Amino acid sequence: MQYGQPFLGCLPTFPPVTKVTGMDTLLPVASGGAAGPLTADELRELYSLMVAVRHLDTSAIAWQRQGIIPGYAPELGQEAAQVGSGYAVDTTRDFVFPTYREMGVARTMGVDMVAYMSTHKATWHGGLYNPLESRLAPIQAVVAGSVLHAVGWAHGQTLAAGSDATTDGGLGVALTYFGDGASSQGDVHEAMNFAAVMKAPVVFFVQNNGWAISVPTERQVAGGSVAARAAGYGMPALQIDGDDVVAVVEATRRAFAHARAGNGPVLIEAMTYRRGPHSTADDPGRYRSLDEERDGAGADPLERLRQRLLADGIADEAFFAEALAAAKAEEEQIRTGIQALGSRPGTEMFDLVFQETTPALQAQAANWREESEHV
Amino acid sequence: MSNSILESANAAASTSAGTPASTTVMSMQQALNRALDEVLAENPKAVIFGEDCGRLGGVFRITDGLQAKHGEQRVFDTPLAESGILGMSVGLAMAGFHPIPEVQFDGFAYPAINQIVCQIARMNYRSRGALPMPITLRVPSFGGIRAPEHHGESLEALFAHVPGLKVVSPSNPHEAYHLLKHAATRPDPVIFMEPKSRYWQKGEVDMADGGTPEGAKVMREGRHLTLVAWGAMVARCLQVAELAAEDGIEIEVLDLRWLKPIDAGALAASVRKTRRAVVVHEAPLTSGLGAEVAQLITQSCFDTLKAPVERVTGFDVPYPSGDLEDEYIPNIDRILFGIQRVLEYKRG
Repeated sequence: MQYGQPFLGCLPTFPPVTKVTGMDTLLPVASGGAAGPLTADELRELYSLMVAVRHLDTSAIAWQRQGIIPGYAPELGQEAAQVGSGYAVDTTRDFVFPTYREMGVARTMGVDMVAYMSTHKATWHGGLYNPLESRLAPIQAVVAGSVLHAVGWAHGQTLAAGSDATTDGGLGVALTYFGDGASSQGDVHEAMNFAAVMKAPVVFFVQNNGWAISVPTERQVAGGSVAARAAGYGMPALQIDGDDVVAVVEATRRAFAHARAGNGPVLIEAMTYRRGPHSTADDPGRYRSLDEERDGAGADPLERLRQRLLADGIADEAFFAEALAAAKAEEEQIRTGIQALGSRPGTEMFDLVFQETTPALQAQAANWREESEHV
Repeated sequence: MSNSILESANAAASTSAGTPASTTVMSMQQALNRALDEVLAENPKAVIFGEDCGRLGGVFRITDGLQAKHGEQRVFDTPLAESGILGMSVGLAMAGFHPIPEVQFDGFAYPAINQIVCQIARMNYRSRGALPMPITLRVPSFGGIRAPEHHGESLEALFAHVPGLKVVSPSNPHEAYHLLKHAATRPDPVIFMEPKSRYWQKGEVDMADGGTPEGAKVMREGRHLTLVAWGAMVARCLQVAELAAEDGIEIEVLDLRWLKPIDAGALAASVRKTRRAVVVHEAPLTSGLGAEVAQLITQSCFDTLKAPVERVTGFDVPYPSGDLEDEYIPNIDRILFGIQRVLEYKRG
């Protein structure tokens, strides 16, 4: 896979990383305690997470075909980017701002997956998980809409820390996700500029998966690289192989260390490929051929990790079989939970609009109760 | 009480006998500034930000001196991008702050509509109450100051139509002080529309007793017809009522104050008494809030109404340039014509 000219990070405190292709080519981590080389246990855990995510993701497509859920936005092929970045999050103090395609991040962070997948079951827009407890903002569908929220939340960490930003283990960091398509949104520009001006502890994590529904990156991203834009904001950036989970973990940890120490935001562009459709309602055959898909997708990120673990003697076939069995059991449990989910009571439509409701809403709720047969 | 709320220079001199000791004469700009100062002092999580809000104190000086007093962490300038300001407000609210952002002029709220409508208004709902949005968005609003394009918009119907938002507009310094203090302590997003043409009008502010901060308020009692208005139109309606009184027509002026939720009970109470109503607003006629007000009145007073509810409003045109804005904004004559149409209405 060619990503064009690698982009160089631009702050002296943040050594430049070019295209990172694997563990052996990683530069040493600049600072921060959590960022040593990955241990064998961690590598095995990453594999297990990726298998769980892969299996749940492909199962969700099947659920949609079976009528269990009305729709889903798969992240097939982006497991390394999502699991690797989510793995760097400290859920005791960081906060993550997803789009609608970050199932792998949610799973890695330990979010209740029945509650997460409920948004795809059309139970509740945003899902049923508690965003404060899980440290994951509710799913929302305006791409780039939540990128600015990350900046505001991150600036809040700076304000709360006062002058002690660099002590006490550093700042909570906002990790915000968007894609090559969303990078066209003005809100992404505003977010990067605000974050850089305010030195907000934000990690902008771009999954450049080659496609915004039917429009390829070359018709979306002028200049060819979202990471290259960071230079204009005076922000360090990493363009990495997003299909190499080790590279993703290392890069994200480095970015977190940078932001946590009060040095401001970092942009990571993880180059990956959306192997599936945009959503279960999409038909990629209308805009790309199977040959193009095969060439664009390159090697499967899950298989790449498997080969590495085998080569390094970190895991064997028995471990892989065990991981797959665990993934299947997990999927079954989540599917059972999803199928058992009933509709939310209609009163919630009215009760959750405001903290302090209004007479008009109360009247509408009363009217609905009277006229509804479903109460 | 009602006379003191009338605009006028003589209000400045009216510290007459019988005025409570807690009453001070100040402009709406001063009242808003005072309210923000107190909100910052009382709530350590309150933060004020926007374009030129910090060192300059805002282009209308509403935040004048607040950065110097409360520090650059509490009152700060942002880059010049409204979507950024409002999007950032969402994140700050999620982090436990009470953001009080300013959009410098009404027309500049348009670039932030996505963040206001799709995000601020919905986050409490989307998060099932886990992430309230206690955001008080101050918007210098309406026309009347001969400003450039996009500096004289009336956005209340647009905001009031969005589920999850509340909308309020003060009509005088007393209301400005108390309504802003109330809005800035609410757990829900409130669009606070400041009538910029009234910023420099002085009036008595009773700092200690604001009365109820919810609902509408009768600013002048009358028995022949109810004028419903908000923002800068309230003072104009009070002038109209004064003129009409010379002809023996007693007009009740109802300051709606809250444009969402609208105080349907107050509308009903007033119009049941007067049996006639005219609603006055600066915003364009079609699908303006006047239609909502008229429907609420019709719903509650259909049997007693003597005439259809009349609307005296701006026109369905882009807000005109300064030379023409007096033709656009409802003036005393147009309001009187509206009153006349209602009074002379004949059934059948």
